[in-house]
Amino acid sequence: MEPFLVSMIVAATPLLFAATGELVAERSGVLNLGVEGMMLLGAVAAFAVALSTGSSIIGIVAGAAAGAGAAALFALVALGFTANQAATGLALAIFGTGVSGLIGQGYVGNAIDPLAPLLSAEVLPDNAVLRVILGRDAMVYLALALAVAVWFYLTRTRSGLKLRAIGDDAESANAVGLKVLPSRFAAVLFGGACAGLAGAYLSLAYTPLWGENMTAGRGWIALALVVFAGWRPIRVIFGAYLFAAASLSQFYGGVLGLSIPSQFLAMTPYLATILALVVISAAGGTAQHSGDAGPAVQADAIRRFAVTARHCNRPLRSSL
Amino acid sequence: MPGAAIATTIDDTAPFAGVEPLLTLHRVTKAFGPVRAVDDVSLVLRPGEKHALLGENGAGKSTLVKMIYGVLQPDSGAIRLDGRPMRIDSPSMARLQGIGMVFQHFSTFEALSVAENLAVVLPDRSLRAIRRDVRRIGEEYGLGIEPDRRLADLSAGERQRVEIIRCLLQDPRLLIMDEPTSVLTPQEASALFIVLDRLAAGGCAILYISHRLDDVRALCSTATVMRRGKVVATCNPREETAASLAEMMIGATVQRPRKQATYVGEPRLEVADLRLSSGGGVPLNGLSFAARRGEILGIAGVAGEGQSELFAALSGERLAARHTAIRIDGRPVGTLSPTRRRRAGMAFAPERRVGHSAIGDMRLSENFRLTHHATGVRRGGAQAVRDSFDVRAEGRDPFAAALSGGNLQKFVIGREIARDPAVLIVEQPTWGVDAGAAATIHAALMELAASGAAIVVISQDLDEIFAICDRVAVLHRGTLSDPRETGTVTAEGLGLLMGGVDMAALVEAR
Amino acid sequence: MLERRVAPSPLMAVLSPVIAVALTILAGFALFAALGKDPVKAMEIYFLSPFADAYNRSELLVKAIPLALIGSGLAICFRAGVFNIGAPGQYTLGAIFAGGVALHAPEGAPMIWLLPLCLGAGFVGGMLWGWIPAILRVSTGANVILVSLMLTYVAQLLLDWLVRGAWADPLAFGFPKTATFPDGALMPILLPGTRLHWGVVVAVVAALLLAWMLARTRRGFGIRAMGLAPKAASFAGFSEAGTITYVMLVSGGLAGLAGAVEVTSTLQQLQPDIAAGYGFAAIIVAFLGRLNPLGALVAALALAVTYIGGENAQILLKLPKNAAFVFQGMLLFFLLACDTLIHYRLRLRRATGAT
Repeated sequence: MEPFLVSMIVAATPLLFAATGELVAERSGVLNLGVEGMMLLGAVAAFAVALSTGSSIIGIVAGAAAGAGAAALFALVALGFTANQAATGLALAIFGTGVSGLIGQGYVGNAIDPLAPLLSAEVLPDNAVLRVILGRDAMVYLALALAVAVWFYLTRTRSGLKLRAIGDDAESANAVGLKVLPSRFAAVLFGGACAGLAGAYLSLAYTPLWGENMTAGRGWIALALVVFAGWRPIRVIFGAYLFAAASLSQFYGGVLGLSIPSQFLAMTPYLATILALVVISAAGGTAQHSGDAGPAVQADAIRRFAVTARHCNRPLRSSL
Repeated sequence: MPGAAIATTIDDTAPFAGVEPLLTLHRVTKAFGPVRAVDDVSLVLRPGEKHALLGENGAGKSTLVKMIYGVLQPDSGAIRLDGRPMRIDSPSMARLQGIGMVFQHFSTFEALSVAENLAVVLPDRSLRAIRRDVRRIGEEYGLGIEPDRRLADLSAGERQRVEIIRCLLQDPRLLIMDEPTSVLTPQEASALFIVLDRLAAGGCAILYISHRLDDVRALCSTATVMRRGKVVATCNPREETAASLAEMMIGATVQRPRKQATYVGEPRLEVADLRLSSGGGVPLNGLSFAARRGEILGIAGVAGEGQSELFAALSGERLAARHTAIRIDGRPVGTLSPTRRRRAGMAFAPERRVGHSAIGDMRLSENFRLTHHATGVRRGGAQAVRDSFDVRAEGRDPFAAALSGGNLQKFVIGREIARDPAVLIVEQPTWGVDAGAAATIHAALMELAASGAAIVVISQDLDEIFAICDRVAVLHRGTLSDPRETGTVTAEGLGLLMGGVDMAALVEAR
Repeated sequence: MLERRVAPSPLMAVLSPVIAVALTILAGFALFAALGKDPVKAMEIYFLSPFADAYNRSELLVKAIPLALIGSGLAICFRAGVFNIGAPGQYTLGAIFAGGVALHAPEGAPMIWLLPLCLGAGFVGGMLWGWIPAILRVSTGANVILVSLMLTYVAQLLLDWLVRGAWADPLAFGFPKTATFPDGALMPILLPGTRLHWGVVVAVVAALLLAWMLARTRRGFGIRAMGLAPKAASFAGFSEAGTITYVMLVSGGLAGLAGAVEVTSTLQQLQPDIAAGYGFAAIIVAFLGRLNPLGALVAALALAVTYIGGENAQILLKLPKNAAFVFQGMLLFFLLACDTLIHYRLRLRRATGAT
């Protein structure tokens, strides 16, 4: 039980980081599909810097910076040049995968010390489960705190309100005087930094190594997670742990007494997301849904900005 | 629908006679190029006064109001607020002076709550204060709206209330309302009038722009009537009949050129009890009419009374409920797609050009194909249309986006006429089109009718209707009046119908 | 600073990919220099070595085949404005269906019907995987991008399950793979001494058919109209639901066909990694080829260069395999940026300070 719990918490943390960041970007009206690339760049940067400086903390910061830098590249093309967001995001995913592999080549096989637990063992209570929960490294708690902070920012601050307005209807927001492009830029950079943190966690704590493609699709799962959680930060926390448990169940399936093949267990996050998408879209389409008009309308916004293959964003500064 | 006596809740005419004017417009003029949208207009508004601004499309109402609200500045004349000359440079300055405007179409954030929406547009107030004020204002004026409800869940009437609250949060002394009942049900309109009465009783002046005569007579104690940029009358609408108001709005019919009588044959388009659910727009309530061989039938009406819905139902972009609701030469087409309707002999030209009847990023030859692909090319292609309709454009096969409005419209109409249709439906055929192109289009339409087609012209331009249509019907709130010969209808009779007044005998030969 | 043009610039439409390729080579040069690897050598290996000898050139074509098949299908899809990024999943399903037929064919079945059956099954498998996002989009409005993306990983896991379970080769001693396909299910070689197979004919024929469909048929016209102005397309009588379904079926089917072609030619069996990554690269192919099936043929060759160059670099320069993605990603970035100039003009004017 304890090993499963530990694995689950550790597996959920990178998902939580990446999804929280992407959620902020999407709430501002930008779909950044390049999460996988940003995570890999964060991972390699964090590993390389931690190895050469000997400090995990500097490594983590480097990871966040790398992720933000990659996001800036996306923002330049998708927001500055108003290119199709989905294609730009894919370009970032592909590019990030390649560059990280190139940079990381020299670091394959190197090992560093994993992140230390935040609280030393003596301080922890005797209860086994509590020892597991409270005995993790600082990043685990940082991810949770970050998600809560984002929730607070979006729902309780003026700045967060403006961001949500921009994500809801950028043209109206512009007409009312909100600064659409700078806000979106900032949201995208934040998303990149979080993806970078996710990658840093993978290479510094999850498996303290660098390997090509070490994210193994987690970036795509994070994208699914944002949708599955209906673009709500608190739900992302639960969803991250749920998805982590689901993906781990493929290894623990036999132990837990499940006779479903492991691959089908691993499919559950993706199938659940498709189901969530269908439900959200069906609800938001025709009738007004009383409780969940938020995500339903957000799905509409995503549909609106990510549908065409040609240029689909009008430069908001030119003629309005 | 009211006739002569209107019952009001508050006697609001007497108290303001001697009060100092709130807003005075003195000989204000605004021209766009050679056209004077507002020509030497003077107007006085007193506190607590409910003042209507009447006029048909293009009379200059919206331009005048834009100057009061600071969106435009007058070329000459003066605006005085509380007796002091004022230059209102921007909407925010207008708001600072206590002038609020409730727009006909407002942008809102669907996923946010009422309070959040207001917080976005009123950055200097806290959310808590807004919630408190929304509740207070709601109680005071009967505008009850729960501040935490999501905007997406509100009806049109409720959204308008949010708009009014937005204005009231800034303590206005003058509230301008632009066609406010166009999105409301009759019940919501009555509720609105109660709110406006209370506001006026509290000293706020109301400038009420509308073409709906019964609303104006129910609410307002003063009316300024505009026509072609000038003020033609200032009166008390309750002392006038709807007919006299309509006559002031539209003017004498003598100057308008009348169409000569033409030979008319059997019906080619028959619409019977056409119903369409609202789907976010205006519902169609059982329209019935016929367009006959050789005739041009005009469907008049102010914008937003169901014209786009009617067009979509006729073109097949929205399917009718019953297959027999629409017939072409006797054949039912109500549930057919646009392509199959074209094969049955129909042709359509909607109001919007780029993005609807034409694709800007496609060349004219391909735009030609847009409606010809279903039935095969007849009488030559895009080039033939360009030649016969004098479509002026650079290049051998230019992109549609490169053409001016008038030339593109000539191309679009010409494209449909080139299909030799049995029935042609056009919406706003000369909107945004220069006079020369308009003349070409009108002549082409009349020629098509003369050759045996039936044409339906949906238009807001009464001059156009009188110039080319044999019969005319009026669309109001998704209902159609009985078509009458244009030779027998007076302009004010039409104006009454457009204003929503149901009239029995307004047929008067002139 | 970006000012909308009145009408799209045909000159930029042609120049944009050329400029993008040039910029990619320049940027790649700079990147390798910055990373301390000999840039001249790297450029030589990546861009010139694929043309060096006959075998390399044949490998270029071999690599280009699946890219061209998927890319020309995606060109159609994107032209309609439907952003199908589930091509890797459709490719996988095609491989699964084709492999399923090949592995369960009767002993000694002749190529004359077995191979076409495999390819047809692959097309059907891909079509099925393309149909799912389409029907969900048409009936509920669910976003095509996200649904097709999710299905990619479902397909990958399905393949994994089959290869390790029901279809596992008993003689493989636990190594995850199926048995090698029977001879009747293998693509015949076109050029002896190379791996170049008849799939190249399939790819060219498919591209020609699609190009003809797009330019000359009514359906193709409707596809183009919908991508430019959906309301005008429905005014013209082209149903949105019908068009979306059609392009998803076509692009899905072609991706599935590509999968079938690959597993019956270069792979000759099923295994968990069947290079479904071609599905993402094919998106670049579609854009580079100006969303035109014939352009996709040329663009497929361009991207094949990065793959072959990447493989050569892996062997000769000990660079990681994924380094090829650097060029592919950069190419797409530059292409997207340059494409903006087709519809917008760059004006160096001071913003008048109003937002």
